[in-house]
Amino acid sequence: MSFHLILFLAFGAVCVGGAINLLAQTHPINSALSLIAVMAALAGEYLLLGAEFVAAVQVIVYAGAIMVLFVFVIMLLNAGVEEHTKGSRVAILFGVPGMLIGGVLLAWVLLRHSGTESVAIGALPGPPKEIAQLLFHDFLLPFEVTSVLILIAIMGAVVLASKPPASRTESSPAGKVD
Amino acid sequence: MNPSLHLWLIPILPLAGAAINGFLGKKSSRQGVSVVGLLFPGAAFAWALWVAARFSSLSLPYQEFFAHWIRISGFTADFTLYLDQLSLVMLLVVTGVGFLIHIYSIGYMWDDPGYYRFFAYLNLFLFFMLTLVLANNYLLMFIGWEGVGLASYLLIGFWFTKDSAASAGKKAFIVNRIGDFGFLIGLFLLIKHFGSLNFDQVFEAVKPLSVETAGAGVLTAIGILLMVGACGKSAQIPLYVWLPDAMEGPTPVSALIHAATMVTAGVYMVARSHVIFEHAPMALTVVAIIGTLTAFFAATIGIAQTDIKKVLAYSTVSQLGYMFMACGVGAFSAGIFHLMTHAFFKGLLFLGAGSAIHAVGGEQDMRKMGGLKSYILWTFLTMSIATLAIAGIPPLAGFWSKDEILWKAYQVSKVYWAIGIITAFITSFYMFRLLFMTFFGDYRGTQVDAHGHVTRSHDAHAHGEPHESPMVMVVPLMILAVLSLVGGLVGIGNRFEDFLAPVFGSPEAVEAASHGTEMLLMGMSVAVALLGWWLAYLLYCKRPELPQKIADSLGDFYQAVAHKYYIDELYAALFVKPLIDGSTRILWQGVDRKIIDATVDDSADAARHVSDEVRHMQSGNLRSYAGWIAVGSAVVIAYMIWMGVR
Amino acid sequence: MVPLSYYLMLSGILFACGVAGFLIKRNIITIFMSIELMLNGVNLSFVAFAAHWHALAGQVFVFFVMVVAAAEAAVGLAIIIAVYRTRETLNIDQVNLLKL
Repeated sequence: MSFHLILFLAFGAVCVGGAINLLAQTHPINSALSLIAVMAALAGEYLLLGAEFVAAVQVIVYAGAIMVLFVFVIMLLNAGVEEHTKGSRVAILFGVPGMLIGGVLLAWVLLRHSGTESVAIGALPGPPKEIAQLLFHDFLLPFEVTSVLILIAIMGAVVLASKPPASRTESSPAGKVD
Repeated sequence: MNPSLHLWLIPILPLAGAAINGFLGKKSSRQGVSVVGLLFPGAAFAWALWVAARFSSLSLPYQEFFAHWIRISGFTADFTLYLDQLSLVMLLVVTGVGFLIHIYSIGYMWDDPGYYRFFAYLNLFLFFMLTLVLANNYLLMFIGWEGVGLASYLLIGFWFTKDSAASAGKKAFIVNRIGDFGFLIGLFLLIKHFGSLNFDQVFEAVKPLSVETAGAGVLTAIGILLMVGACGKSAQIPLYVWLPDAMEGPTPVSALIHAATMVTAGVYMVARSHVIFEHAPMALTVVAIIGTLTAFFAATIGIAQTDIKKVLAYSTVSQLGYMFMACGVGAFSAGIFHLMTHAFFKGLLFLGAGSAIHAVGGEQDMRKMGGLKSYILWTFLTMSIATLAIAGIPPLAGFWSKDEILWKAYQVSKVYWAIGIITAFITSFYMFRLLFMTFFGDYRGTQVDAHGHVTRSHDAHAHGEPHESPMVMVVPLMILAVLSLVGGLVGIGNRFEDFLAPVFGSPEAVEAASHGTEMLLMGMSVAVALLGWWLAYLLYCKRPELPQKIADSLGDFYQAVAHKYYIDELYAALFVKPLIDGSTRILWQGVDRKIIDATVDDSADAARHVSDEVRHMQSGNLRSYAGWIAVGSAVVIAYMIWMGVR
Repeated sequence: MVPLSYYLMLSGILFACGVAGFLIKRNIITIFMSIELMLNGVNLSFVAFAAHWHALAGQVFVFFVMVVAAAEAAVGLAIIIAVYRTRETLNIDQVNLLKL
């Protein structure tokens, strides 16, 4: 058992445990905290693969901003424990088996090709300098487009979440309401 | 080469009249309709006379090409008109008698709201009948054949708001159709074996063939099938049942169509096809047997009828039987001769009956008439002449033609002659019965019920007493009476037969010994005619209580005869009821409802059920959508893996 | 040395848990979090492949995925807030107006 493997398994256990805990918990805040744990563990996985920049961004953006946004919304909406309502038969009858089958198939495929290649610890280092090189040269256009995307997202979020005006005649700016 | 006679004018002029009256007549005045309705048939008649005047200078047969019709390889049929002696005779009869009846109709139908329609249909009938008579091929003749059937349907059901009239029209058309079916199959056989339907070509091809004495050949089949068609159109056994019902139509219609012209189309057709029949003796025998039996059978029914028009209808069937008997023994010209004289006296009888009916305010039951000779003198005189003619009293027209037939029948088989002469006796009896019941004795109708007792819709105006018809109705009666008087004289000394000889072949020479037999038979015909006259006089003038006693003593048999031997009921049970039942149960409820409607309805239902089930996919529930996506993606992944593994 | 397939299996497990959460849970926010879980699983497989094939573009792609996830989370949560305002419920079974 190499050290690499032990670390991998440790982080992996935390990931899987957090994911299952997300499913098991009834209160959404507990699920949110489990998800944070998963993301932290994933950051560790990324470090094992040598992706330092990605790991850092994972913690800062994903766990630090997106999940915080989730927690804020849970608090804002005062989400409580889930009630039991009539679920969808299709989801349970078809979806879960479908997902399981998909999973089984993938596992089978992977296991058939397993063991041959190995990824060394820190195989491909990903220092920020190299990433930046790619980002601002080869992938400049997608980078700029994503900035526009974020702008749109901001505007959309502001409009959608704003309180509706008191009088119905005062409509939102044209083109923004989707 | 013949100069063009413009024969096409003769059929087209009545067609123009029909079109004008049909489309414009509703808004025109009665006078305008009358003028148009008389002008065009009159012009056709005048043209026919002009053609007749030119006739001797023509080289015959004269054919006039009008237009192309069917030209395919191996078969040609064109609109070509054909004139020879036979068609000239038919032409003159149709246009002449037709024109007289048109004049009569002006008076008879004057008060009818459908006045313009009547003349339009009548002219249309003339057009089709003339097409039939002038055609040079069977197909064009068939157009005329079907067209006169259509005109007959329209005119029988002229008062279509009456159920009985509408049903009678339908019955006529359908029974005709059955005959036409046989006719068509005969035509198909002609096409198959001779490749053509033109008279010239068919007859030229048939002449060299051997006579089919064995009786099982193509020509026999064609002959019998053509006879089936003639049975339908000319009301012979077993397809005669429509003619008595056809009396629902106005009386001029009965005179023109069901006495003088349309019903004679079958005789004309058989006479025209004489070449085929002469080569198929079995078919000729069938024709003769059917004609003889029909003549006798219909005459016996005529004895017991009380409706004046029904007596005349059965009389027509019987006389047509005589014509077919003539054709069946090979005496085609005799048959045509009788056709001509029959047109005169039967047309006169019907028109006179119409005049009598008009006089008594619409009553058609002879038991309610009587003693009319003091009221309607002209009608009485002309009808007497017609009755003498049909009974076969010399020297009127009917004697010459009927005697010719009986003589020719005697030469072939004494059985035909015997039945024929018995029928002549019965004919004389019932015709004089009609005359005595209608015109002699006391008037048995009620006079005061002139307002209310309207049995026929056309005669609604008040009558105090029976009155004579207007001149416009009496003049045609008089003309036809003259023709009935002298029309038979053309047959003396075989002149008529000689005239038609180029068509039918020369008559055989009569030996001196059989000349004596001919005189004897002539004498016997006159004797039975007088016997019938005397018997009718006895039963209906001298001792009027006798007929009822005789009827009672015969009991059920008399009832059967009075009810036309229940033939209509028999047909209804044998053919009509199974057809209607089968149509209702099998075709309507079985096929139409259960199969066709069910297919359409069920496919619509199936579509609805399927969509009902599929609609549940759009439940609005996000989780089920997600479930479907998961399933779909699993399927796609599985497929891709499977493709990759292969 | 950890075989590549181990990383991929871990990624698959995370993805499967995300799908399961989407199907099973009833709270809209929890469902959203399952979606984020799915995205994370995918990210992991991207990075693993990048390391395997020595292609740095994989990590750049992860960066972009995160950006998109962030935008989507923002807009999605705004929608959830708007839905909560009108429907007064966070139960996904009751947000079913898009039905036939």
